[in-house]
Amino acid sequence: MSRIDFDIAHLLAGSLVLISFLELYQDRLYALLNVYALHALTLAASVAWQALIQDAPHLYVTAAIALTFKAIVIPLALHRIIVKLGIHREIEKVVGIGSTMLAGMGLVALSLVVMLRITHGADPLAREDLAFALSVVLLGLLMMVTRRNAVGQVVGFMSLENGLVLAATGARGMPLVVEISVAFSILIAFIVIGIFLFRIRERFDTVDVAALDRFRGERR
Amino acid sequence: MSFDALSGVLLVPAAAAALLAALPDYRLTARLNVVATTLTLACALSLLFARPASGRYLLIDDLNATFIVLTTFVGFTTSVFSASYIGHELAIGRLTPPFVRFYHAMYQVLMLAMNLALVANNIGLMWVAIEVATLTTVLMVGIYRTHEALEAAWKYFILGSVGIGLALFGTILVYMAAQPVVGEGLDAMVWSVLVKRAGAFDPAFLDLAFVFLLLGYGTKVGLAPLHAWLPDAHAEGPTPISAVLSGLLLNVALYALLRYKMLLAVNAGALAPGPLMVTLGLVSLVFAAFMLYRRRDIKRLFAYSSIEHMGIITFAFGMGGPLANFAGLLHMTMHSLTKSAIFFAVGHVAQVKGTQRIADMGGLTETHPVLGWGLVLGVVAIAGLPPLGIFMSEFLVVTSTFARAPLLALVLVFGLLVGLAGLFLRLNSIAFGAPRGPSAKAEASYVPMFAHLLLVLIAGVYMPAALVAWFQNVAGLLG
Repeated sequence: MSRIDFDIAHLLAGSLVLISFLELYQDRLYALLNVYALHALTLAASVAWQALIQDAPHLYVTAAIALTFKAIVIPLALHRIIVKLGIHREIEKVVGIGSTMLAGMGLVALSLVVMLRITHGADPLAREDLAFALSVVLLGLLMMVTRRNAVGQVVGFMSLENGLVLAATGARGMPLVVEISVAFSILIAFIVIGIFLFRIRERFDTVDVAALDRFRGERR
Repeated sequence: MSFDALSGVLLVPAAAAALLAALPDYRLTARLNVVATTLTLACALSLLFARPASGRYLLIDDLNATFIVLTTFVGFTTSVFSASYIGHELAIGRLTPPFVRFYHAMYQVLMLAMNLALVANNIGLMWVAIEVATLTTVLMVGIYRTHEALEAAWKYFILGSVGIGLALFGTILVYMAAQPVVGEGLDAMVWSVLVKRAGAFDPAFLDLAFVFLLLGYGTKVGLAPLHAWLPDAHAEGPTPISAVLSGLLLNVALYALLRYKMLLAVNAGALAPGPLMVTLGLVSLVFAAFMLYRRRDIKRLFAYSSIEHMGIITFAFGMGGPLANFAGLLHMTMHSLTKSAIFFAVGHVAQVKGTQRIADMGGLTETHPVLGWGLVLGVVAIAGLPPLGIFMSEFLVVTSTFARAPLLALVLVFGLLVGLAGLFLRLNSIAFGAPRGPSAKAEASYVPMFAHLLLVLIAGVYMPAALVAWFQNVAGLLG
């Protein structure tokens, strides 16, 4: 593998982590959706690059799915849903931005330490890809727990999933990647349709204990 | 692929799902649903005798044959119960015919997904099957479209998705571990190849993979502290689905974990998965046992009891060794049978009382003697009293643990006793005392419930030697 191949793959995977950080501190839904579209676009570029350097044409399918479905269709659909359901445009956070960013940095450090330490025998491209992918997954999880509203959580889940696709394409010659990315796209489509059908405006838009009790099915 | 029993357990539900989605009449579809599950059960039973060859995608061995027979059997009895349950829901207008059509199609898709997860020889395929099973159950949990049901479905959806996301990361890591040894391509995801060559894998990779798999599939097993979706999903969905969730889907996720545990056992350098599973199992057991006390909703009560029992089963498999594995398998079988029987009873109880609130039901043994005593018998069984089957399996778990780790056994016994007292406290107010709530006549089908309880009773009193030998053989496979 030539030097430049490696560097570009590295650059794209690294940008994905960076964009995850960008998602972490957005406090408006539209801005969050735009950043997510960028996230998916970077993923598509990264997957396409992997397809090129690994000489694995089937990965172009995954890249195309990421480009059309995740970078265009889903953000547009969510955009429409926000308008139609009249969801609050601001994102309520459980934890402040400063501490979320610090926690995010901690998670990235953790995943680098864990991955680079245990995978020293593996192919260098794959191991760094995996370290980045784990960072993206953990940042997605962090976003899910620090957001109160459904759309914010869904975007967190989708960027988590982008991390998984990054890991799967980085693993050289892994079979079923296309199938798995299709399965995940179906899952995400279900979630988005779910938001619309279930008309979930805000998940916990009340701190009324009686309402929470009702949510938990503990009717009195 | 030619038709044989192995493809039968997949093709029958697939065809049935398509057919049921197309037919409008609920009486007909409910019957067809039973016919399809009967055919699937017949295919599964024939797997015990004549076994088709395993390929790169499908695999059949003694371990998953046990799981498939259990799954298809409970799937069959639940479809019988479901027919009468759904009839009542239609009569009172809680469900409309289009929803029933959807429900029956989804029931078969769920059976297909669970069977596929069990027979998959490919770790990627297994993951996809478990994802599909999650999606179908999410759709069915939300089927009543009430606020609570949608909230429960959403919670299950998000937590379940995160769980399967983490499990996929673990699956990718297993592939990365296998790739240098087995080579690129499909073979590095074929379970039967992996388990032969796992000795040469990089242990660090396998360790990390198992942590992700444990968290991911552990969420689906309902282990505390990853259990949050489980009580809601059980309480708000239709009761046949609660029975299938508790009795089967939790087992399927556990089966996936067991496969990976076998993989790690082959590699000498990898961490021992046992202690992790033992810890999670004990935490789930003790936590769920205490949670039984303050439950006001009858289905949530038994959902927590499921967490408790999955804890015991995970604990037993975590301890490992022939005896503990045997006990774990037996307990899993007994729990599936008993818990689904309890949910059959609970479904009818909730229908005659028109509510799931424990406070609004009382004196059930007086107003509905058959149903009431059936429920009492079920709870006696699930609490682990002799002479029923769960007593046998819990006794085996406890004694095998006392011999090897007395301190853990103390915690185990403590959790069991706390759970037992909690269940009886609640049962007392449901089944005995002055009758409360409406006492309409139950139009119930008692056969599935009593068939299950009879099996549990027989297993507690006398286990046929052939069955013991079979379980011993499977326990040996688990290592």
